Amino acid sequence: MNTASTAIQSDRFSHRALRHWGERLIEGLLFLAAFSAVAVTVAIIGILFYESLSFFEHVPLRDFLTDTQWTIMFADKHYGIAPLVAGTLTTTGVALLLAVPVGTVTAIYLSEFAGYRTREIVKPVLELLAGIPTVVFGYFALLMVTPALQWFMPDLPGFNMLGPGLVIGIMIIPYVSSVAEDAMRAVPMHMREGSYAMGATRLQTALKVVMPAATSGVVAAYILGISRAIGETMVVAVAAGQQPNFTFDPRESGATITAYIVQVALGDLPHGSLEYQSIFAAGLVLVLMTLLFNVLGHLVRKRFREAY
Amino acid sequence: MAYDAQAVRRLVRRGKQWDKVFVIIGLLCLMVGVLTLAVLLAGLVHDGAGRLNWDFFSNFPSRRAARAGILSALVGSSLVMLVTALAAIPLGIAAGVYLEEYARRNWVTEIIEINVTNLAGVPSIVYGLLALGLFVYGLGLGQSILTAGLTLALLILPVIIVSTREAIRAIPGSIREGAYALGSTRWQTVRDHVVPYSTGGILTGVIIGLARAIGETAPIITIGALTFIAFLPPAPVTGDFPFISFEWLTSPFTVMPIQMFNWLSRPQVAFQENAAAAGMVLVVMTLVMNAAAIWLRVRYRKRIKW
Repeated sequence: MNTASTAIQSDRFSHRALRHWGERLIEGLLFLAAFSAVAVTVAIIGILFYESLSFFEHVPLRDFLTDTQWTIMFADKHYGIAPLVAGTLTTTGVALLLAVPVGTVTAIYLSEFAGYRTREIVKPVLELLAGIPTVVFGYFALLMVTPALQWFMPDLPGFNMLGPGLVIGIMIIPYVSSVAEDAMRAVPMHMREGSYAMGATRLQTALKVVMPAATSGVVAAYILGISRAIGETMVVAVAAGQQPNFTFDPRESGATITAYIVQVALGDLPHGSLEYQSIFAAGLVLVLMTLLFNVLGHLVRKRFREAY
Repeated sequence: MAYDAQAVRRLVRRGKQWDKVFVIIGLLCLMVGVLTLAVLLAGLVHDGAGRLNWDFFSNFPSRRAARAGILSALVGSSLVMLVTALAAIPLGIAAGVYLEEYARRNWVTEIIEINVTNLAGVPSIVYGLLALGLFVYGLGLGQSILTAGLTLALLILPVIIVSTREAIRAIPGSIREGAYALGSTRWQTVRDHVVPYSTGGILTGVIIGLARAIGETAPIITIGALTFIAFLPPAPVTGDFPFISFEWLTSPFTVMPIQMFNWLSRPQVAFQENAAAAGMVLVVMTLVMNAAAIWLRVRYRKRIKW
């Protein structure tokens, strides 16, 4: 009898041990899955740096930063990233001039003025807008927005940065407005009640109480918009002209960093060639730019964070 | 008495007027997005509807615009999506489950979380560069369906992770305590309770992720996908033993957005009609998926009351 009970017990123990190891195995697998996010980041940085290093063996970093021409595809080669950065900043700037005011007003309206039903209907529609493939927006920019703009500005060339910039602006409105609205709705009700009790109108409350209280979130929304606009590819690849052009005038044609990468990738580029390496160098600049804005956003958010 | 009722009333009236003015401005701003969507759809239909017939779906691309179709792009998109789903869904859910149910609060977890957030903000074309360097040349997978599927899987991973975490977080602790009280292990709790109950939220994220992946063009172009494919990849199901073939994984391919981009970058009007028609198909696919996700979210939010 004694032996029998030990047997049962040891059986139970071994079962438990097995269960324990099974649990550990599963936890390990799940951890690996989560860690894949880190692996992807490391891989991105590694690849970009590795291929860029071979690029900078051929191209002096000084030329890359100071030359104002980017003509890698021509016989007379210049390796200045400035035209691509200028193109990127121009389209991003145009996009923000549209998306920031419209997105902010939309967010204020949805959070402070609109009724429950309006919000429930409009938010999904805006989400649908964010779900449209970007190549379709490229079509929109090239064949609908630019011709419409030419109606006002007859001198506008068929490929320009204004049309794509505006379309990118429309694309990022949903990002800006939904993040900003979340921030505004997180402002506690008693702050609004205090404001109304002092006799303020809705608009005064929205602009002077809710907006300042939600600054950190609203700025985060803008930063998200900037990141999206910098990284947007297909709209500019289709409609901006793919001509690296050192100008900040949106009425001219131009190329962004992303459009250049697409342009080169479309050609038959041999592995290890200078063109091949140049898209990694361009990609590195792109990542550094988005990173810069993300860090900036983080700092601003910290600076403006309000405790209620 | 210095207080002037008339003046106060004027002040109030003016304040209210400004409120009304702002309501109008707000509605106009709302309309910018909504109207754009409407104009865009109307334009696509106007330009492309004439090309939408059975031949358009069953023909290969052609040098003659009127005979060109999207068959290879449709098949390519479906197969790429299949790979993407098979890779991203298990990986994303597993990562979300780990972060929400297993992770201890320490610096490793923090690094993972920061990474997931940052990956969501990385421009999609950078994933293309990663895939070009790592999958195409590093691992030698070539410009294949497998490469494209894996690339898009990495791209939508953050979306799935974040939505999985949100869905899991909504499940009250009492459910887990109940399971533990009956002697379940952590994995049994997760497998039999936590994950099944959060299916709605997870599914929403998966659909949104796949809808995004199906419209992504830039990363696929970057890995060097061909733009003119007049054949289909080998069929996944064969007549002979073992009936399943994986040859299609290494096949060259094209996808819907690339087909559209290709037509769009040609100057002839006839090809741009094709682009519009392809755009319609693409928009319908993504809109249906997004609408399904929104519907799912609303439905699950209403139904479950813990």
